[in-house]
Amino acid sequence: MTEFLTRKRGRSGWDVTDTLSYIYLILGTFIMFGPVLWLVLSSFKTPQALVEFPPKLLPTAQQTIEVEGFDEPLLLFDVPMPGGTVRRMARTRRIGLEWHFIDPANPTEEPLVIDTREVSGIEAVRSVALALNNYTEPLERFNFLRFLRNSVVVTVTATAITLIINSMAAFALSKYQFRGRNLIFVIIIATLMIPISVILVPVFLVIVEVGWKDNLLGVIIPGAATPTGVFLLRQYMLTIPDELIDSARIDGASEWRIYWQVILPLAAPAMAVLAIFSVMWRWNDFLWPLIVLSRNELFTLQLGLNSFQGELNIQWHFVLAMTVLTLLPITLVFAILQRFITTGIATTGMK
Amino acid sequence: MSQMDAAGASSTTIEPIRVKQRFSPGRFIGEIAVEIFSFVMNTIEIVVGPLQRLIGLERMPYFFLLPNMLIFGIFVLFPMVLNFFYAFTGGTELFLRDRPYVGSANLARLFDCQNFLNPNSCNQDIFWRAIRNSVTYVAFDVGGIVIFALITALILNRNIRGRGFFRSVFFYPVLLSPVVIGLIWKWVIQTDGILNGMLNLFGGDPIDFRRSAAWMRFWVVFVSVWAQMGFYTLILLAGLQSIPRELYEAGEIDGTTKLRGFWHITLPLLKPTMLVVLVLSLIRAVQVFDHVFVLTGGGPGSATTFIVQYIFDTGFSNQIKQFGLAAAASLVLGSVLLVLTLMQLRVGNRGDDAA
Repeated sequence: MTEFLTRKRGRSGWDVTDTLSYIYLILGTFIMFGPVLWLVLSSFKTPQALVEFPPKLLPTAQQTIEVEGFDEPLLLFDVPMPGGTVRRMARTRRIGLEWHFIDPANPTEEPLVIDTREVSGIEAVRSVALALNNYTEPLERFNFLRFLRNSVVVTVTATAITLIINSMAAFALSKYQFRGRNLIFVIIIATLMIPISVILVPVFLVIVEVGWKDNLLGVIIPGAATPTGVFLLRQYMLTIPDELIDSARIDGASEWRIYWQVILPLAAPAMAVLAIFSVMWRWNDFLWPLIVLSRNELFTLQLGLNSFQGELNIQWHFVLAMTVLTLLPITLVFAILQRFITTGIATTGMK
Repeated sequence: MSQMDAAGASSTTIEPIRVKQRFSPGRFIGEIAVEIFSFVMNTIEIVVGPLQRLIGLERMPYFFLLPNMLIFGIFVLFPMVLNFFYAFTGGTELFLRDRPYVGSANLARLFDCQNFLNPNSCNQDIFWRAIRNSVTYVAFDVGGIVIFALITALILNRNIRGRGFFRSVFFYPVLLSPVVIGLIWKWVIQTDGILNGMLNLFGGDPIDFRRSAAWMRFWVVFVSVWAQMGFYTLILLAGLQSIPRELYEAGEIDGTTKLRGFWHITLPLLKPTMLVVLVLSLIRAVQVFDHVFVLTGGGPGSATTFIVQYIFDTGFSNQIKQFGLAAAASLVLGSVLLVLTLMQLRVGNRGDDAA
């Protein structure tokens, strides 16, 4: 237990702390990924399979069979026979607890009538089946694609604006001497930790006055001038040598050209980190859009998901599928940029 | 600093070096993006170039600050001032000119309590319940995050096979949206969900989590730790990796046991990082809202209603919109955050000293 807490040094061999570590990590993997995996598996289940208890791991559905003489496909069951054998039969009728079965291979035969109170062990025949219409139906019936479009518009526009105005401000704060510079920087530092949740009411007033209630701009603009972004970019730009700017000026470059052709390319790593954060913030944003947007067709994905799960009778089969679709883009981006994101966060210490 | 006139600046563009490369769609998109970017920037140059000649080089930083400061001023600084006006006016009107001045009546209503330890004796009993809930939530949430992030970071800092994989596993939930996180766990802890199914498998009775205040308080904390610990694990891991190995080697030569090494080398040197983790998680825990709102909606009853949800309900969600009361509660939350931020700045400074 004591060694478990200390770092392992360049010593080979296996001891008890290694075992404990791996047990912890494997258990942790199960707890971290399990729920997400369960969500994905569940999202392919039919509504009937979803309410089953105890739940089955894989999405299954009861097999049905088309039998001549019947309009609807019949449900298949394994029915125990008096002799101890089991026959696979299709259910034709269900009158209370009295079930009628026929052999699907021999449909004209007299149906077998079984009282389910007397015969136990009748089991539904199941097979793995993906309920893909959980995914296709919401696309047609609900505004899912609309929500997706809104989320993309908000995320892309907001990130572009954030990157440009924050890098401009950071450039001014890191590469110029001017009056008021320290004051502005102190204000930015001071508001670094003031979240929008503290000023909800007055920001809402401003939005209403500007006429951006129920307008995506009302979601995009207020958070664009993030102090965190200015701070991060400024710290990075401080490391860019001033000589580069001086020589560009000697070559006759304007300040704007210095900004976008000298500073921005050199600040690309910090810009990339901020871009990833901005995408994450905007894609996942919830409280502020919840206040600004009240019309369904303007909802972002997060609001759409919330509105579905808030209904009295939650249609879980749709909600689960849409949740999977919502976490898919972030998961893909993470899978591709995994190393970059984790090292970016470790070095900047922000989220 | 050179004071070159910028006239004739456009004659000097920096030509990129072109190397013949095979066609790839990724690079193609990248090049198009660069072309668009250059086009936009060159277009702005047409306006900004003359502007620089007009206002002079010394005033250019103000131009660069302008867009940011405009948005920042209108949507952050100005509202911070406005918040006070709301807190001291009453009624249900949004526009300030329609709101009567009521002095400190809103704050007085919030603090109208016979006994501060008993929310039922308060005018705004839900506010005090929210505060009480928030205090317990913050304690368990921060505690859980620090403990589990530390254990995970210590393990991942060892010579473990598949370190990168496990680091990603623990980090993955950090990226998920709070709404998705809330939904995932709502689904897992359903009365007929997988967790009760597993309980059933081991012979236990299903638990109706969603109706039990104690259980939902637990789940709200558990889900928060689940979702966030990966982030703090990374920060602690960076801290651990900055501890020089020589210290442990020197300790080993002196015959230090591993436990002593942990207490006397790892912990003291990790303290600045630990403080950062502590304060950051504290600031975020105080503002908890999203995942709780989806997971429990604040219930059962008001068992998991926290301060931000009180503000949201009072000002926006309830039938009668009491903006004044919500703003007053925001002031209380704001002062708590201010104290925490000052703490963080001091911690940050001390961290710099130690480094």
